[in-house]
Amino acid sequence: MNAPNKSGWKPEMQVADDGLHNGPQTTTGNRALMLEEPLIFEIGKAEITGVDLPAIDPNAASRLGGLERDDPIGLVGLTEPETVRHYTRLSRQNYGIDLGFFPLGSCTMKHNPRLNEKMARLPGFADIHPMQPVQTVQGALEVVNELAHWLLTLTGMHSVAMSPKAGAHGELCGILCIRAALEARGNAREVVLVPESAHGTNPATAAFANYRVENIPATPAGRVDIEALKARLGPDVAAVMITNPNTCGLFEPDMREISDAVHEAGGFVYCDGANFNAIVGKVRPGDLGVDAMHINLHKTFSTPHGGGGPGSGPVVLSEALAPYMPLPYTARTKDGVVHLIEEEQADEFAREHFGGELSSFGRMTAFHGQMGMFTRALTYMLSHGADGLKQVAEDAVLNANYILRSLEDLLHAPFADAGPCMHEALFGDKDFGGDLSTLDLAKALIDEGYHPMTVYFPLVVHGAMLVEPTETESKASIDQFITAFRSVAQRALDGDETMKQAPYYAPRRRLDETAAARKPKLAWEAPEG
Amino acid sequence: MRYLPLTDTDRSDMLVKIGADSIDDLFVDVPEIARLDGPIRDLPMHASEMAVERHMKHLAGKNLAAGDAPFFLGAGAYRHHVPASVDTVIQRGEFLTAYTPYQPEIAQGTLQMLFEFQTQVAKLYGCAVANASLYDGSTACWEAVAMATRVTKRKRAVLSGALHPHYAQVVKTMAQFTGDEIADSAPAIQTEPDLEGLIARIDDETACVVVQYPDILGRVSDLSKVAEAAHAKGALLVAVNTEPVALGAIKSPGELGADIVVGEGQSIGVGLQFGGPYLGLFAVRNPKHVRQMPGRLCGETSDAEGKRGYVLTLSTREQHIRREKATSNICTNSGLCALAFSVHMTLLGERGIRELAAENHRLACLAADRLDKVPGVKVLNTAFFNEFTVMLDGKPAREIVREMADRGVLGGVSLGRLYPGVEALEHALLVAVTEMTTEDDIETLATELEALVKEPAQ
Repeated sequence: MNAPNKSGWKPEMQVADDGLHNGPQTTTGNRALMLEEPLIFEIGKAEITGVDLPAIDPNAASRLGGLERDDPIGLVGLTEPETVRHYTRLSRQNYGIDLGFFPLGSCTMKHNPRLNEKMARLPGFADIHPMQPVQTVQGALEVVNELAHWLLTLTGMHSVAMSPKAGAHGELCGILCIRAALEARGNAREVVLVPESAHGTNPATAAFANYRVENIPATPAGRVDIEALKARLGPDVAAVMITNPNTCGLFEPDMREISDAVHEAGGFVYCDGANFNAIVGKVRPGDLGVDAMHINLHKTFSTPHGGGGPGSGPVVLSEALAPYMPLPYTARTKDGVVHLIEEEQADEFAREHFGGELSSFGRMTAFHGQMGMFTRALTYMLSHGADGLKQVAEDAVLNANYILRSLEDLLHAPFADAGPCMHEALFGDKDFGGDLSTLDLAKALIDEGYHPMTVYFPLVVHGAMLVEPTETESKASIDQFITAFRSVAQRALDGDETMKQAPYYAPRRRLDETAAARKPKLAWEAPEG
Repeated sequence: MRYLPLTDTDRSDMLVKIGADSIDDLFVDVPEIARLDGPIRDLPMHASEMAVERHMKHLAGKNLAAGDAPFFLGAGAYRHHVPASVDTVIQRGEFLTAYTPYQPEIAQGTLQMLFEFQTQVAKLYGCAVANASLYDGSTACWEAVAMATRVTKRKRAVLSGALHPHYAQVVKTMAQFTGDEIADSAPAIQTEPDLEGLIARIDDETACVVVQYPDILGRVSDLSKVAEAAHAKGALLVAVNTEPVALGAIKSPGELGADIVVGEGQSIGVGLQFGGPYLGLFAVRNPKHVRQMPGRLCGETSDAEGKRGYVLTLSTREQHIRREKATSNICTNSGLCALAFSVHMTLLGERGIRELAAENHRLACLAADRLDKVPGVKVLNTAFFNEFTVMLDGKPAREIVREMADRGVLGGVSLGRLYPGVEALEHALLVAVTEMTTEDDIETLATELEALVKEPAQ
């Protein structure tokens, strides 16, 4: 085997008994570039500020209704150099896509083009207020409309609700559209069917919309069991929520048949679009009979994940659901024009385009949606074009299959025999030696310089490891990952007990999550005395 | 294509390894009828960075940026100065391109930041515990109502008429699906909010009372009486704040007895951005309520060597563990906006937030006094922080706002826009003043209004 990293460090480098590099303990706790950093509350002061503002005039008039805040708030400040250093030091304890390969399955950690950041910061987009008179924000509305046009064209759907703030919010939007449409028919029905392999947001969303959730089993090939599904359909089933490609990284080949059966039974098909990046430009969900699907702009269209958001989750809708979508929304009329409809124009527009039936289920958020994400996603789409987006899907799927076929001889790959995967490869922890688990392998990968894949999801595979390379990795990067992954997988199969203490080289060793939950400490408190 | 590293040689080599003849072999599961034969039609092909930039700049140029006009809009989104270092920090790739800290050993940067953020929010709100953020103030408001129904096991929420109408709409939209009962009304145009009337609506079935502070008309009033009345009936007080800078000057909702405090954090560090992404803040006064909270929570713990570290905790409330029994379906929240808020708040500190609040209030008082002198313009509020309501003679305020916009002045938010069709409110204009407002801006607004209120209604 070639050295996995030609630049220096080798796995055989000597490690002391305590798992650390040989060498003395340091006074500071720092290890050269690995720098410790206290909390701002331990280094800041109430009287320090990094913003120069006029001093408070104690004699100034006050019209605060006698509610002046007299007691200390308890905040502390830092000057600008201290602030920049604090956060720069913290940032170095984080793993991000910019730093290395981040194959977190289902989350689609692809490169975030910096042009998108630059465009979102143009004052014409970043410095406009949501309630400005519409004549002063025509360009912003054009961005929304143009993005809507791309989303509708790529999905082959009828309309799109732009306001949902993230994927789960989009799911809620879709399910509420379905509920509203069914209520309009006189019966909202009671049950939403969700595959066992679904994201946890699916059942949580259905429950939030007051539906009872029932699971649909999977076949041994990792697909929805269509016979079981058909047998369960009936007048009480409002919708089926299906992820396609599914969370096992597989395309549901019977999607059209599933949709037809659900429609036949008077229900709707919700598609979780978290994995749309695998098929964008290749397949249009509208051709598969989907009624509603959210699109995570932060996954497929590469708006940054930001350490946990913000996301954006526009929902594309079929003609049957379009009249129920939340306000504000956009819709394409027969003349090809896409409109942004707010409360006031809604009645008039509905009369004109939905035969007088305005039935929007309401408003999901204060303003129009994640404008900052819209500008980034549109920039991404314009950069790639129709040809580039198709290539995105093809390269993502190619990379995942390459990983699948490079590891299947070593690791349990439950669905590898069933054919190609889509954009992510799924493995299980079968045959791991000793009492080693998927978690141990993940932590050992951290020491190798990788962000681990998604672990223990989907729930249908024991010790699941979901590897999503995305299209923005080079072959050299993927080859190096495969070498590293094979080595840790081999150690796991061999029962290498040293993995139980991994990671050894991260800013922190394994953290005690049980203690954190038992006696939660969720805010800093001043030490006593 | 500048974002795709694979070469054609790579692709061929990889297909060989996979044992596939062509890329289409990998899409074999897609039914024949749904396969597209080439790039989707009706969309342009890829474009250079320069070409895309030109297109986007053209669109941006069609908008009137707040910085290019005298600007007085508020109503839930405020224009404040964001120090340059905030954007520098949030553009660091280690923050920008990380995700939810599922692997805490290599996400201590995000986690420590969230722990600091939670502490800052809790202190600002006068609460014990804040979460790691929600989408925005309006969705946080609904989550608070939903949490109150879980805590009290009651189904009825009483909304103050002076709650932001979009927030009230979000709550009502959600409640129609959960079966919760929501009582609300439009605000009455009066100097003081009708807290007695609100209190009279609280009964033994009430899960929570939702009050905005300062309210939609900019009024500031003592919530403690509402808190007492709610608690006497076993209900919770939910306080909603859309302008966190105000809490550098006025008592925190927690101090006044609010049980759940939620709000919009956009004012600090985030910017206007045409309505999003924003930052939902969520905090509780009583630590016993923590297990009913929605969203991510970051907690302190230690690692195997005994070093202090941070993890996401109490996940058994959340959808990825609890599925249909979760306290919320939220997954992705507003992490990067929370970072921007936290960096800005660290720069401000106790002294800075108080000075910033004082400067906002000083300029707002100046503006109120100036506008009140304009014939045909009357300031409604006696108490306010940096936003107040003025009553305009003549045409509806909405038309006046549009006409000012035609003349390059962004003069405020008309209540007619917020409450379309409510006649009693159509002559009211909300005016917000921040540290970004100059005395010249105030003079321009006074002059514009003076000219426009004289013109008779059509």
